[in-house]
Amino acid sequence: AGGGAYWVDSQQKRYVPVKGDHVIGIVTAKAGDVFRLDVGGSEPASLSYLAFEGATKRNRPNVQVGDLIYGQFVVANKDMEPEMVCIDSSGKSSGMGIIGQDGFLFKVSLGLIRKLLAPKCEIIQELSQLYPFELVLGMNGRIWVKAKTVQQTLIIVNILEACEYMTAEQRKQALAKLSGN
Amino acid sequence: MVFLLVINSSYCFVVLILQGKHWWSKKLPNFRGTALGTIGHGTIWSWEFMQRGLDSQTKKQLEEEEKKIISEEHWYLDVPDLKEKESYIIEERSFLRCEDLVYGRMSFKGFNPEIEKLMIQMNSKCKEEEIEEDDKMEADVSDEEMARRYETLVGTIGKKFLRKRDQRVLKDDDEDDEVEEGNSNTRPNKRAKKMFLKPQD
Repeated sequence: AGGGAYWVDSQQKRYVPVKGDHVIGIVTAKAGDVFRLDVGGSEPASLSYLAFEGATKRNRPNVQVGDLIYGQFVVANKDMEPEMVCIDSSGKSSGMGIIGQDGFLFKVSLGLIRKLLAPKCEIIQELSQLYPFELVLGMNGRIWVKAKTVQQTLIIVNILEACEYMTAEQRKQALAKLSGN
Repeated sequence: MVFLLVINSSYCFVVLILQGKHWWSKKLPNFRGTALGTIGHGTIWSWEFMQRGLDSQTKKQLEEEEKKIISEEHWYLDVPDLKEKESYIIEERSFLRCEDLVYGRMSFKGFNPEIEKLMIQMNSKCKEEEIEEDDKMEADVSDEEMARRYETLVGTIGKKFLRKRDQRVLKDDDEDDEVEEGNSNTRPNKRAKKMFLKPQD
Protein backbone atom coordinates (compact mmCIF):
# COMPACT_ATOMS: atom_id res chain seq x y z
CA ALA A 1 0.00 0.00 0.00
CA GLY A 2 1.01 3.68 -0.19
CA GLY A 3 2.11 4.25 3.36
CA GLY A 4 3.84 7.60 3.00
CA ALA A 5 4.99 7.19 -0.57
CA TYR A 6 4.36 9.75 -3.27
CA TRP A 7 4.39 8.86 -6.90
CA VAL A 8 3.81 10.49 -10.21
CA ASP A 9 0.63 9.31 -11.87
CA SER A 10 0.59 9.71 -15.62
CA GLN A 11 -1.79 8.84 -18.37
CA GLN A 12 -0.63 6.62 -21.14
CA LYS A 13 -2.06 4.35 -23.76
CA ARG A 14 0.96 2.29 -24.64
CA TYR A 15 1.78 -0.51 -22.24
CA VAL A 16 5.30 -1.30 -21.04
CA PRO A 17 5.68 -4.79 -19.56
CA VAL A 18 6.39 -4.76 -15.86
CA LYS A 19 7.27 -7.72 -13.67
CA GLY A 20 4.34 -8.90 -11.58
CA ASP A 21 1.64 -7.29 -13.68
CA HIS A 22 -1.37 -9.38 -14.67
CA VAL A 23 -2.19 -8.93 -18.34
CA ILE A 24 -4.38 -10.35 -21.07
CA GLY A 25 -2.38 -11.73 -23.96
CA ILE A 26 -3.41 -13.01 -27.37
CA VAL A 27 -1.65 -16.12 -28.64
CA THR A 28 -0.07 -15.34 -31.98
CA ALA A 29 2.16 -18.33 -32.54
CA LYS A 30 3.22 -21.67 -31.19
CA ALA A 31 6.95 -22.22 -31.42
CA GLY A 32 7.76 -25.67 -30.14
CA ASP A 33 7.40 -25.56 -26.38
CA VAL A 34 6.69 -21.90 -26.12
CA PHE A 35 3.75 -19.71 -27.06
CA ARG A 36 4.18 -16.19 -28.37
CA LEU A 37 1.70 -13.76 -26.89
CA ASP A 38 0.88 -10.28 -27.99
CA VAL A 39 0.54 -8.10 -24.90
CA GLY A 40 0.48 -4.71 -26.51
CA GLY A 41 4.10 -3.93 -25.74
CA SER A 42 7.04 -3.48 -28.03
CA GLU A 43 7.82 -7.19 -28.14
CA PRO A 44 5.73 -10.33 -28.00
CA ALA A 45 5.96 -12.14 -24.70
CA SER A 46 6.83 -15.79 -24.38
CA LEU A 47 4.86 -18.32 -22.36
CA SER A 48 6.08 -21.82 -21.74
CA TYR A 49 3.57 -24.63 -21.96
CA LEU A 50 4.72 -25.87 -18.55
CA ALA A 51 3.68 -22.65 -16.88
CA PHE A 52 0.10 -23.78 -16.40
CA GLU A 53 -1.36 -25.47 -13.38
CA GLY A 54 -1.09 -29.23 -13.66
CA ALA A 55 0.87 -29.14 -16.88
CA THR A 56 3.50 -31.76 -17.53
CA LYS A 57 5.42 -32.76 -20.59
CA ARG A 58 2.76 -35.28 -21.45
CA ASN A 59 -0.21 -33.29 -20.24
CA ARG A 60 -0.05 -30.19 -22.38
CA PRO A 61 -2.52 -27.34 -22.05
CA ASN A 62 -4.96 -26.94 -24.91
CA VAL A 63 -3.89 -23.58 -26.26
CA GLN A 64 -4.60 -22.56 -29.83
CA VAL A 65 -3.52 -19.56 -31.83
CA GLY A 66 -5.95 -16.75 -31.17
CA ASP A 67 -6.78 -17.76 -27.60
CA LEU A 68 -6.85 -15.24 -24.80
CA ILE A 69 -4.65 -15.84 -21.82
CA TYR A 70 -4.57 -14.11 -18.44
CA GLY A 71 -1.15 -14.34 -16.89
CA GLN A 72 1.56 -12.42 -15.09
CA PHE A 73 5.07 -11.41 -16.01
CA VAL A 74 8.04 -13.06 -14.37
CA VAL A 75 10.66 -11.33 -16.49
CA ALA A 76 10.08 -7.89 -17.90
CA ASN A 77 12.96 -5.51 -18.46
CA LYS A 78 14.08 -3.46 -21.38
CA ASP A 79 16.95 -5.77 -22.24
CA MET A 80 15.10 -9.02 -22.53
CA GLU A 81 12.02 -10.41 -24.13
CA PRO A 82 9.21 -10.48 -21.56
CA GLU A 83 8.21 -13.85 -20.17
CA MET A 84 4.85 -14.78 -18.74
CA VAL A 85 3.46 -17.56 -16.62
CA CYS A 86 -0.03 -18.64 -15.70
CA ILE A 87 0.72 -19.93 -12.22
CA ASP A 88 1.70 -18.06 -9.10
CA SER A 89 4.63 -18.70 -6.81
CA SER A 90 2.90 -21.57 -5.02
CA GLY A 91 2.12 -23.38 -8.24
CA LYS A 92 -1.61 -22.63 -8.28
CA SER A 93 -3.32 -21.00 -11.18
CA SER A 94 -5.45 -18.64 -8.99
CA GLY A 95 -7.58 -17.44 -11.85
CA MET A 96 -4.89 -17.25 -14.48
CA GLY A 97 -4.80 -19.30 -17.64
CA ILE A 98 -6.90 -19.52 -20.76
CA ILE A 99 -9.92 -17.24 -20.79
CA GLY A 100 -12.96 -19.08 -22.03
CA GLN A 101 -14.96 -18.88 -25.20
CA ASP A 102 -17.16 -15.98 -26.25
CA GLY A 103 -16.97 -12.63 -24.62
CA PHE A 104 -15.60 -9.40 -26.01
CA LEU A 105 -12.09 -7.98 -25.83
CA PHE A 106 -11.42 -4.28 -26.15
CA LYS A 107 -8.74 -1.78 -25.35
CA VAL A 108 -8.81 1.25 -23.05
CA SER A 109 -6.19 3.57 -21.66
CA LEU A 110 -4.03 2.45 -18.77
CA GLY A 111 -5.30 5.14 -16.44
CA LEU A 112 -8.83 3.79 -16.68
CA ILE A 113 -7.68 0.30 -15.79
CA ARG A 114 -6.05 1.57 -12.66
CA LYS A 115 -9.18 3.48 -11.79
CA LEU A 116 -11.28 0.37 -12.26
CA LEU A 117 -8.90 -1.72 -10.18
CA ALA A 118 -8.99 0.67 -7.26
CA PRO A 119 -10.31 -0.96 -4.09
CA LYS A 120 -13.80 0.51 -4.07
CA CYS A 121 -14.51 1.47 -7.59
CA GLU A 122 -17.91 3.00 -8.08
CA ILE A 123 -18.11 2.10 -11.73
CA ILE A 124 -17.67 -1.57 -11.05
CA GLN A 125 -20.06 -1.50 -8.15
CA GLU A 126 -22.75 0.19 -10.19
CA LEU A 127 -22.26 -2.12 -13.12
CA SER A 128 -22.47 -5.18 -10.94
CA GLN A 129 -26.02 -4.18 -10.02
CA LEU A 130 -27.15 -4.36 -13.64
CA TYR A 131 -26.89 -7.96 -14.73
CA PRO A 132 -24.63 -10.94 -14.15
CA PHE A 133 -21.44 -10.76 -16.12
CA GLU A 134 -17.80 -11.67 -16.00
CA LEU A 135 -14.94 -9.25 -16.34
CA VAL A 136 -11.20 -9.61 -16.76
CA LEU A 137 -9.00 -6.54 -16.54
CA GLY A 138 -5.46 -6.65 -17.86
CA MET A 139 -2.92 -4.06 -16.80
CA ASN A 140 -1.99 -3.65 -20.43
CA GLY A 141 -5.21 -1.80 -21.13
CA ARG A 142 -7.24 -4.79 -22.32
CA ILE A 143 -10.61 -5.67 -20.91
CA TRP A 144 -12.60 -8.83 -21.60
CA VAL A 145 -16.31 -8.92 -20.87
CA LYS A 146 -18.79 -11.71 -21.08
CA ALA A 147 -22.50 -11.55 -20.29
CA LYS A 148 -25.43 -13.77 -21.05
CA THR A 149 -26.50 -12.10 -24.26
CA VAL A 150 -24.53 -10.24 -26.90
CA GLN A 151 -26.55 -7.11 -26.28
CA GLN A 152 -25.75 -7.04 -22.58
CA THR A 153 -22.09 -7.59 -23.34
CA LEU A 154 -22.03 -4.68 -25.74
CA ILE A 155 -23.80 -2.42 -23.27
CA ILE A 156 -21.17 -3.10 -20.66
CA VAL A 157 -18.41 -2.54 -23.19
CA ASN A 158 -19.83 0.81 -24.19
CA ILE A 159 -20.20 1.97 -20.62
CA LEU A 160 -16.67 1.01 -19.72
CA GLU A 161 -15.25 2.75 -22.74
CA ALA A 162 -17.28 5.86 -22.20
CA CYS A 163 -16.86 6.20 -18.45
CA GLU A 164 -13.35 7.46 -18.92
CA TYR A 165 -14.72 10.76 -20.07
CA MET A 166 -18.02 10.86 -18.24
CA THR A 167 -18.58 12.45 -14.91
CA ALA A 168 -20.15 10.46 -12.12
CA GLU A 169 -23.58 11.99 -12.65
CA GLN A 170 -23.62 11.33 -16.35
CA ARG A 171 -22.71 7.75 -15.67
CA LYS A 172 -25.45 7.33 -13.11
CA GLN A 173 -27.96 8.79 -15.52
CA ALA A 174 -26.89 6.40 -18.24
CA LEU A 175 -27.12 3.43 -15.91
CA ALA A 176 -30.49 4.53 -14.62
CA LYS A 177 -31.80 4.58 -18.19
CA LEU A 178 -30.49 1.10 -18.77
CA SER A 179 -31.87 -0.41 -15.65
CA GLY A 180 -35.15 1.29 -16.42
CA ASN A 181 -35.19 -0.61 -19.72
CA MET B 1 51.55 -0.21 -19.12
CA VAL B 2 54.47 -0.74 -21.38
CA PHE B 3 53.74 -1.76 -24.92
CA LEU B 4 56.69 -2.65 -27.08
CA LEU B 5 56.42 -3.03 -30.83
CA VAL B 6 59.60 -3.86 -32.66
CA ILE B 7 59.63 -3.98 -36.43
CA ASN B 8 62.90 -5.20 -37.80
CA SER B 9 63.48 -4.08 -41.33
CA SER B 10 67.04 -3.97 -42.59
CA TYR B 11 68.50 -3.58 -39.12
CA CYS B 12 66.62 -0.41 -38.44
CA PHE B 13 64.60 -0.37 -35.27
CA VAL B 14 61.50 1.71 -34.94
CA VAL B 15 60.37 1.49 -31.37
CA LEU B 16 57.07 2.75 -30.03
CA ILE B 17 56.78 2.92 -26.28
CA LEU B 18 53.57 3.61 -24.45
CA GLN B 19 54.51 4.45 -20.95
CA GLY B 20 52.27 6.22 -18.50
CA LYS B 21 50.82 9.23 -20.25
CA HIS B 22 53.36 9.91 -22.98
CA TRP B 23 54.69 8.05 -25.94
CA TRP B 24 57.28 8.79 -28.57
CA SER B 25 59.03 7.05 -31.40
CA LYS B 26 62.70 6.64 -31.75
CA LYS B 27 64.70 5.89 -34.78
CA LEU B 28 68.06 4.43 -33.88
CA PRO B 29 70.99 4.58 -36.21
CA ASN B 30 72.19 1.43 -37.91
CA PHE B 31 74.16 -0.79 -35.69
CA ARG B 32 75.43 -4.25 -35.97
CA GLY B 33 76.25 -5.86 -32.69
CA THR B 34 77.43 -2.63 -31.09
CA ALA B 35 76.65 -2.32 -27.46
CA LEU B 36 73.68 -0.06 -27.00
CA GLY B 37 75.05 0.71 -23.62
CA THR B 38 77.43 3.14 -25.25
CA ILE B 39 74.55 5.47 -26.01
CA GLY B 40 74.29 7.18 -22.68
CA HIS B 41 70.52 7.64 -22.54
CA GLY B 42 68.72 6.67 -19.33
CA THR B 43 65.49 5.67 -21.00
CA ILE B 44 67.14 2.98 -23.08
CA TRP B 45 68.19 1.15 -19.97
CA SER B 46 64.65 1.11 -18.69
CA TRP B 47 63.41 -0.91 -21.67
CA GLU B 48 62.62 -4.36 -20.47
CA PHE B 49 64.82 -6.30 -22.80
CA MET B 50 67.83 -4.35 -21.58
CA GLN B 51 67.46 -5.32 -17.94
CA ARG B 52 70.03 -8.09 -18.00
CA GLY B 53 73.01 -5.87 -18.09
CA LEU B 54 72.05 -3.64 -15.20
CA ASP B 55 72.96 -3.83 -11.55
CA SER B 56 70.27 -4.03 -8.96
CA GLN B 57 71.21 -0.60 -7.69
CA THR B 58 70.83 1.13 -10.95
CA LYS B 59 67.59 -0.73 -11.44
CA LYS B 60 66.26 0.69 -8.20
CA GLN B 61 67.36 4.15 -9.15
CA LEU B 62 65.62 3.91 -12.45
CA GLU B 63 62.41 2.68 -10.84
CA GLU B 64 62.41 5.51 -8.36
CA GLU B 65 62.94 8.02 -11.06
CA GLU B 66 60.06 6.56 -13.02
CA LYS B 67 57.77 6.73 -10.02
CA LYS B 68 58.69 10.33 -9.40
CA ILE B 69 57.95 11.29 -12.93
CA ILE B 70 54.60 9.52 -12.88
CA SER B 71 53.43 10.86 -9.54
CA GLU B 72 54.33 14.40 -10.44
CA GLU B 73 52.38 14.17 -13.62
CA HIS B 74 49.27 12.65 -12.05
CA TRP B 75 46.58 15.25 -11.75
CA TYR B 76 44.16 15.31 -8.89
CA LEU B 77 41.26 17.45 -7.81
CA ASP B 78 42.03 19.82 -5.00
CA VAL B 79 38.44 19.81 -3.84
CA PRO B 80 36.99 18.63 -0.50
CA ASP B 81 35.11 15.35 -0.52
CA LEU B 82 31.43 15.55 -1.38
CA LYS B 83 29.09 13.73 0.94
CA GLU B 84 26.70 11.44 -0.82
CA LYS B 85 23.20 12.35 0.14
CA GLU B 86 20.71 9.64 0.86
CA SER B 87 18.36 9.39 -2.01
CA TYR B 88 14.70 9.09 -1.13
CA ILE B 89 13.70 8.43 -4.68
CA ILE B 90 13.28 4.83 -5.76
CA GLU B 91 12.60 3.97 -9.34
CA GLU B 92 9.65 1.60 -9.49
CA ARG B 93 8.05 0.63 -12.72
CA SER B 94 4.96 -1.09 -11.44
CA PHE B 95 1.88 0.58 -10.03
CA LEU B 96 1.16 -2.45 -7.90
CA ARG B 97 3.43 -1.24 -5.14
CA CYS B 98 1.94 2.22 -5.05
CA GLU B 99 -1.74 1.59 -5.15
CA ASP B 100 -3.76 -1.13 -3.51
CA LEU B 101 -5.09 -2.69 -6.66
CA VAL B 102 -7.71 -5.39 -6.67
CA TYR B 103 -7.36 -8.68 -8.54
CA GLY B 104 -8.14 -8.29 -12.20
CA ARG B 105 -10.51 -11.19 -12.69
CA MET B 106 -14.06 -10.55 -11.51
CA SER B 107 -17.48 -12.02 -11.81
CA PHE B 108 -20.81 -10.60 -10.68
CA LYS B 109 -24.21 -11.99 -9.78
CA GLY B 110 -23.04 -15.56 -9.92
CA PHE B 111 -21.99 -15.62 -13.54
CA ASN B 112 -18.87 -17.64 -12.77
CA PRO B 113 -18.99 -19.08 -9.24
CA GLU B 114 -15.35 -20.17 -9.21
CA ILE B 115 -14.19 -16.69 -9.94
CA GLU B 116 -16.47 -15.26 -7.30
CA LYS B 117 -14.88 -17.56 -4.75
CA LEU B 118 -11.50 -16.48 -6.00
CA MET B 119 -12.43 -12.84 -5.64
CA ILE B 120 -13.26 -13.29 -1.99
CA GLN B 121 -10.06 -15.18 -1.42
CA MET B 122 -7.82 -12.73 -3.24
CA ASN B 123 -9.30 -9.63 -1.80
CA SER B 124 -9.22 -10.90 1.72
CA LYS B 125 -5.56 -11.73 1.32
CA CYS B 126 -4.81 -8.21 0.22
CA LYS B 127 -6.67 -6.42 2.97
CA GLU B 128 -6.38 -8.60 6.02
CA GLU B 129 -3.56 -10.88 7.05
CA GLU B 130 -3.92 -14.63 6.92
CA ILE B 131 -4.86 -14.62 10.58
CA GLU B 132 -8.36 -13.89 9.37
CA GLU B 133 -8.49 -17.12 7.47
CA ASP B 134 -7.63 -19.12 10.55
CA ASP B 135 -10.47 -17.52 12.46
CA LYS B 136 -12.87 -18.30 9.68
CA MET B 137 -12.23 -22.01 10.07
CA GLU B 138 -14.91 -23.16 12.49
CA ALA B 139 -13.92 -26.34 14.23
CA ASP B 140 -16.38 -29.21 14.34
CA VAL B 141 -14.87 -30.42 17.56
CA SER B 142 -14.07 -27.94 20.32
CA ASP B 143 -10.58 -27.61 21.76
CA GLU B 144 -11.50 -29.21 25.07
CA GLU B 145 -12.88 -32.29 23.47
CA MET B 146 -9.74 -32.62 21.41
CA ALA B 147 -7.58 -32.45 24.51
CA ARG B 148 -9.63 -35.12 26.24
CA ARG B 149 -9.50 -37.37 23.24
CA TYR B 150 -5.77 -37.06 22.93
CA GLU B 151 -5.24 -37.79 26.60
CA THR B 152 -6.84 -41.19 26.33
CA LEU B 153 -5.41 -41.76 22.87
CA VAL B 154 -1.83 -41.47 24.05
CA GLY B 155 -2.46 -44.04 26.75
CA THR B 156 -4.10 -46.58 24.49
CA ILE B 157 -1.49 -46.35 21.77
CA GLY B 158 1.30 -46.46 24.32
CA LYS B 159 -0.04 -49.72 25.67
CA LYS B 160 0.10 -51.22 22.22
CA PHE B 161 3.87 -50.88 22.10
CA LEU B 162 4.63 -52.46 25.47
CA ARG B 163 5.88 -55.98 25.67
CA LYS B 164 3.28 -58.61 26.37
CA ARG B 165 4.48 -59.14 29.92
CA ASP B 166 4.14 -55.45 30.67
CA GLN B 167 0.73 -55.34 29.13
CA ARG B 168 -0.50 -58.09 31.36
CA VAL B 169 1.08 -56.46 34.39
CA LEU B 170 -0.50 -53.14 33.62
CA LYS B 171 -3.90 -54.71 33.34
CA ASP B 172 -3.59 -56.39 36.75
CA ASP B 173 -2.29 -53.25 38.37
CA ASP B 174 -5.04 -51.11 36.94
CA GLU B 175 -7.65 -53.38 38.37
CA ASP B 176 -6.00 -53.66 41.82
CA ASP B 177 -4.52 -50.27 42.51
CA GLU B 178 -7.22 -47.90 41.49
CA VAL B 179 -7.48 -46.27 44.89
CA GLU B 180 -3.75 -45.78 45.51
CA GLU B 181 -1.93 -42.59 44.59
CA GLY B 182 0.11 -42.16 41.47
CA ASN B 183 3.54 -42.52 43.08
CA SER B 184 2.86 -45.74 44.86
CA ASN B 185 1.35 -47.10 41.70
CA THR B 186 4.63 -46.97 39.84
CA ARG B 187 6.64 -48.82 42.44
CA PRO B 188 4.54 -51.96 42.61
CA ASN B 189 4.46 -51.88 38.82
CA LYS B 190 8.23 -51.91 38.61
CA ARG B 191 8.57 -54.61 41.19
CA ALA B 192 5.99 -56.65 39.43
CA LYS B 193 7.82 -56.26 36.16
CA LYS B 194 11.21 -57.35 37.52
CA MET B 195 10.16 -60.18 39.74
CA PHE B 196 9.00 -63.48 38.49
CA LEU B 197 5.40 -64.06 39.26
CA LYS B 198 4.84 -67.49 40.57
CA PRO B 199 2.02 -69.20 38.87
CA GLN B 200 -0.61 -70.20 41.35
CA ASP B 201 -1.16 -73.81 41.57
